[in-house]
Amino acid sequence: MFDFSLFTNWIHSFLSSFMPEWLTITTECVLIGVALLLTYALLALFYIYFERKVCAAFQCRLGPNRVGPMGLLQSFADMFKMLIKELISLNHTDKFLFALAPYLVILASMLAFAVLPWGNGLQIIDFNIGIFFLIAVSSIGVLGILLAGWSSNNKFTLIGALRSGAQMVSYELSIGLSVLTMVCFAGSMNVGDIVNEQEHLWFIFSGHIPAIIAFIIYLIAGTAETNRGPFDLPEAESELTAGYHTEYSGIHFGFFYLAEYLNLFIVSGVATLLFFGGWMPLHFPGWDGFNAIMNYIPGIVWFIGKAIAISFIIIWFKWTFPRLRIDQMLALEWKYLLPINLFNLVLMVLIVVYGIHL
Amino acid sequence: MVLLSIQNSTLAIAAALTGIGLVALALWLAGLISPRSFNPQKGEAYECGIPTRGESMAQFKVGYYLFAILFLMFDVECVFLFPWAVKVKELGGAGLVSIAVFFIILVLGLVYAWRKGALEWK
Repeated sequence: MFDFSLFTNWIHSFLSSFMPEWLTITTECVLIGVALLLTYALLALFYIYFERKVCAAFQCRLGPNRVGPMGLLQSFADMFKMLIKELISLNHTDKFLFALAPYLVILASMLAFAVLPWGNGLQIIDFNIGIFFLIAVSSIGVLGILLAGWSSNNKFTLIGALRSGAQMVSYELSIGLSVLTMVCFAGSMNVGDIVNEQEHLWFIFSGHIPAIIAFIIYLIAGTAETNRGPFDLPEAESELTAGYHTEYSGIHFGFFYLAEYLNLFIVSGVATLLFFGGWMPLHFPGWDGFNAIMNYIPGIVWFIGKAIAISFIIIWFKWTFPRLRIDQMLALEWKYLLPINLFNLVLMVLIVVYGIHL
Repeated sequence: MVLLSIQNSTLAIAAALTGIGLVALALWLAGLISPRSFNPQKGEAYECGIPTRGESMAQFKVGYYLFAILFLMFDVECVFLFPWAVKVKELGGAGLVSIAVFFIILVLGLVYAWRKGALEWK
């Protein structure tokens, strides 16, 4: 597979040939920042378009098709429209917290986004506790949502934020435990190591039954974590107007919108990374010809393709299941997913330690 | 690792600054090109069309608080289990027994909360 670090090392040696050390690092950080910003914004805009097209297909409509070829520029137009809308300043809000909330929401998704491995050597932050760092930073987003709801001084936003807080906090547990199950199997928290472990066979195939259970639980919890699909009761529009971001206008609302779609990508990206081999091509031991053909497809295509396929399943959930009530949602997490997850962890540990195969 | 010479913590700070920069840049742009108009009605809370009654930063249902405490217990458990999970194969049976004690205490905690009715939404 093409090692992307050849390219980045070339840039580094080129820059350091005529720059002092500190300037090289600063320039590289700025370049990384620009690349991150562009990928973040373009991906979020693509996801908005993708979701609208998929939901149109489920409802036998055409979806956006006027702006640009096949409506591809629709979400750019939407974002530009949000930019030129007025930012309304309200009378009774807590001004500081109200302004802080979008920063926290974007910050959380940006940091989590930077951990994802896109290809061989194409990864920004590579901690040896990578996956743990990802879970840790993505939980900052809950703070942003709670602050947004509380500081708006509106009854709807308060209820929306509390529901959202209870939901995200509860389902974070399931995400944490299913990640823990896979960390047991991989034997490392480093994102690159987890991907390299899956070179011969993806974890969903090699991880026996516990990996499949962990994947299903992860998918349910990930849907809840992004406040989507059947778990969209924080912004249940028939009850709470728009939930925690009711009072935000213009681009202020746009930040929550961007972060929501980026979180969808991050959840699918982590599922790809843990269960479907990250940027690794589909390999089966023994099928040498097949493996060689699969190696021709570049890693970044594999990663994005798998992430979009999982996002498609999550969007599919949204148009299939009716919205849950809050007591049903909490019961699903605490009475079903959590005990199953704990049992699944024990099963996986037994397989890893004693090699008991089901 | 993308750039071998840059430390990961520097990169994490760069990513965080990118996030803050995105919000600041977009807000600055919006401030430049968005219209402004003033109207006393506009600053009211977006509730039902009539002026809102009472304070909205009010008391809320205690159930949310209860679930937050339960979450805290299990999240801390998760944090303690992660270092063990990395070395689970090397530690083998002896590590399994010692973590099982910790694990069983937490499962008992969940059973206790369940029996006490803390998981019911009333």
